[in-house]
Amino acid sequence: MDKDINIKVKVWRQNGPKEKGRFETYALKNISQGSSFLEMLDILNEQLINEGKIPVAFDHDCREGICGMCSLYINGHPHGPDGEITTCQLHMRSFNDGDTITIEPWRSAGFPIIKDLVVDRTAFEKIMQAGGYVSVNTGGIPDANAIPIPRDKAELAMDAAACIGCGACVAACKNGSAMLFVAAKVSQLALLPQGKPEAARRAKSMVAKMDELGFGNCTNTGACEVECPKNISISNIARLNREFLKAKFKD
Amino acid sequence: MNKIDSKVPKGPLAEKWTNYKNSQKLVNPANKRRLDVIVVGTGLAGASAAATLGELGFNVLNFCIQDSPRRAHSIAAQGGINAAKNYPNDGDSVYRLFYDTIKGGDYRAREANVYRLAEVSNSIIDQCVAQGVPFAREYGGLLANRSFGGAQVSRTFYARGQTGQQLLLGAYSALCRAVNRKQVKLYTRYEMLDLVIIDGRARGIIARNLVTGKLERFAAHAVVIATGGYGNTFFLSTNAMTSNGSAAWQCYKKGAWFGNPCMAQIHPTCIPVHGEFQSKLTLMSESLRNDGRIWVPKKIEDAKAIQAGKLKPTQIKEEDRDYYLERRYPAFGNLVPRDVASRAAKERCDAGYGVGTTGLAVYLDFAEAIQRLGKEVVEERYGNLFQMYEKIVDDNPYETPMMIYPAIHYTMGGLWVDYELMTNIPGLFAIGEANFSDHGANRLGASALMQGLADGYFILPYTIQNYLADQISVKRFSTDLPEFEQAEKGLNDRIERLMSIQGKHSVDSIHKKLGHVMWELVGMARDEKGLKEAIVKLKEVKEDFWTNVRIPGKKGDFNTELEKALRLADFIEIGELMAHDALDREESCGGHFRVEHQTEEGETLRHDDKFAYVSIWEYRGEDKAPVMYKEPLEYEFVVREQRNYKS
Repeated sequence: MDKDINIKVKVWRQNGPKEKGRFETYALKNISQGSSFLEMLDILNEQLINEGKIPVAFDHDCREGICGMCSLYINGHPHGPDGEITTCQLHMRSFNDGDTITIEPWRSAGFPIIKDLVVDRTAFEKIMQAGGYVSVNTGGIPDANAIPIPRDKAELAMDAAACIGCGACVAACKNGSAMLFVAAKVSQLALLPQGKPEAARRAKSMVAKMDELGFGNCTNTGACEVECPKNISISNIARLNREFLKAKFKD
Repeated sequence: MNKIDSKVPKGPLAEKWTNYKNSQKLVNPANKRRLDVIVVGTGLAGASAAATLGELGFNVLNFCIQDSPRRAHSIAAQGGINAAKNYPNDGDSVYRLFYDTIKGGDYRAREANVYRLAEVSNSIIDQCVAQGVPFAREYGGLLANRSFGGAQVSRTFYARGQTGQQLLLGAYSALCRAVNRKQVKLYTRYEMLDLVIIDGRARGIIARNLVTGKLERFAAHAVVIATGGYGNTFFLSTNAMTSNGSAAWQCYKKGAWFGNPCMAQIHPTCIPVHGEFQSKLTLMSESLRNDGRIWVPKKIEDAKAIQAGKLKPTQIKEEDRDYYLERRYPAFGNLVPRDVASRAAKERCDAGYGVGTTGLAVYLDFAEAIQRLGKEVVEERYGNLFQMYEKIVDDNPYETPMMIYPAIHYTMGGLWVDYELMTNIPGLFAIGEANFSDHGANRLGASALMQGLADGYFILPYTIQNYLADQISVKRFSTDLPEFEQAEKGLNDRIERLMSIQGKHSVDSIHKKLGHVMWELVGMARDEKGLKEAIVKLKEVKEDFWTNVRIPGKKGDFNTELEKALRLADFIEIGELMAHDALDREESCGGHFRVEHQTEEGETLRHDDKFAYVSIWEYRGEDKAPVMYKEPLEYEFVVREQRNYKS
């Protein structure tokens, strides 16, 4: 049964990208365990506004675990202590009366801070733009059933395509690597006949862009897979490595 | 006023679109490079339009409110997308998809638009497959289909419970490619706040850079609004937190007509409100009603005990349960359409029989299904939904009934557009949920994705050329023109005014008040008295907002509270127009239910003799009442019937 709890939150505050940041601690009373983590932050902000203070900036949008906008590092875990969910699906029943909860932004060289808990994930856009697509124009397409795709291949592609681009993998990685994100897209398209013609070019250009933008290397620690809210498997990284090597050998 | 011209081409229904395409004006490749198009929004409609226009060679500027186009709320659509492929060989056709859609909309949409939608539906599936969208497949490798509400055929394509996500990622990947090829310039974390009109034509926008807080000017030869619906007027809805109606509303205030504003869809199966600090409502797929039985206690004392936490639903005996949908609608039972199921739940809760601590919920019970089918089958069908429910509510739906309640989900109304998807302002287009065009008074499941992509991939890229062909000799505009200057100044004044109020209440606290008025009086069941009361109360909310709102921080900064305040100012006015439109439409149709106009069985009662029209509202100034025009919906091809769910 959900109860009301009293907690403290230790939040990273930073006015802008170039400013010095610091932790601030706030006390919150009578938080229903039935409320979501972001609703708890709404309550905190309501409290701060009423006290004439500046509310905490944080990213969020759909609040149902699919848009990938929310991005909080809670008590040392991207998206908090509960598994297989995003921050917006985390509920306060994961916490106890008297807890102090530490809330930080994604910490990675690839994601500079914009304000407080909001980071700039434009790097992911640039990686996608480097090759995360099948080069087809609109129209003039053969019938959707013209090319049968084995069901198991389609299902594997769907597993990889479930990535929401939140960046938890990067935040979880001690190297700040974006390999799981890149691998998910490369895998999805490499598994499908539609993505095959460009597979080599895609793997090379997405990896090159990732390296250029300052993301670290993969050392197979597996933290990304553990923290991924959508269970994207690191076997996709193996597939990316294979695709990448194949492409390089061809050169 | 301008004359209402829907520009529907003459000729047989099935030939209209082909004839249009054969005779429309085109722009040659060299000239396309000289023409700029602004697309606001990056959901299914916006992303597909921006990518396609870019591929064609136009110079596209695309604006996104989030940090990535992939986060637009189209991403959250679960069920699927309709198309008339007839792969299952069960008798589907373009005509049947057209007919089901126009009937589902309770005969309040334009025939020609809906037919065209059905006609291009098949190309959408082809396009998505070519992009690498991993649709569900059969073991033979061909595409799988499933059935959905309002149809007798299986025509819905899906990618698990994440069809919207996969379709959006497909459109997003096309957009990424266009950005890489410099065909589209993408502006993320920007919000359009005003439309710029020069000599009567849409020529640009003013947008706020949400990171720096600066207002910026953008000029173009045409402007496309693809910013979705205005369901967040109700505060609590299934929409995302930043989903808003401001871009469309600012166009309205610049003279664009607003069509059928009162038409909003309420979805019956959402997770109920749990407390005062609830920020949004989560949808549970409609498919649950296939096996779940909906009930509330028969005795008021049982309901009270449940609300007080003294009794559990499993302790209520079978004979003390009221399966009210099965009782009231024996033929359709738990599978009545969305609007009927929603209203019936509200009726029981209003009468005091609701469950949960708030009394604003009903049970969706799978005990009988588990007994009949076994837990494994139920898990196979609904496992992911049950898991999502458990994460939010902390109840195990295999053991205790789910609690559900209706919530605002989609708005059929929007900017009025003609057959070319152009508003009454030349050069201003509206696509996807942002326009009013294809769903009439009620949208069928799996049709929103279809419309968004139809508009963006296959309709607008044609029709916009018919307009731009006349613009090839028009040089690029300078954003120093007085029209831009003036628009920015007006906006700046508005922001200054908001910042200077420094009242006592947060934006959200006032938005909640607005939501409460809308939900109670302009929600599922509307009547004359309530709507008149709503209009008075909305004035009070407006007054409250403009005197008591407190926006902390600075305007030239990352300032979420200011963003929300600007949107709320518009939501309040949208709410007012919805109430006026609902009051005017003295009939019930689809999602618009006027208590005074129902059949003896409590069904919607249309008055085709008086209300077979699109209500078109025109803004006349701050303190003046808007004017309403009527676009008659004369049906040439379909006979209107009364919808019947009893037999």
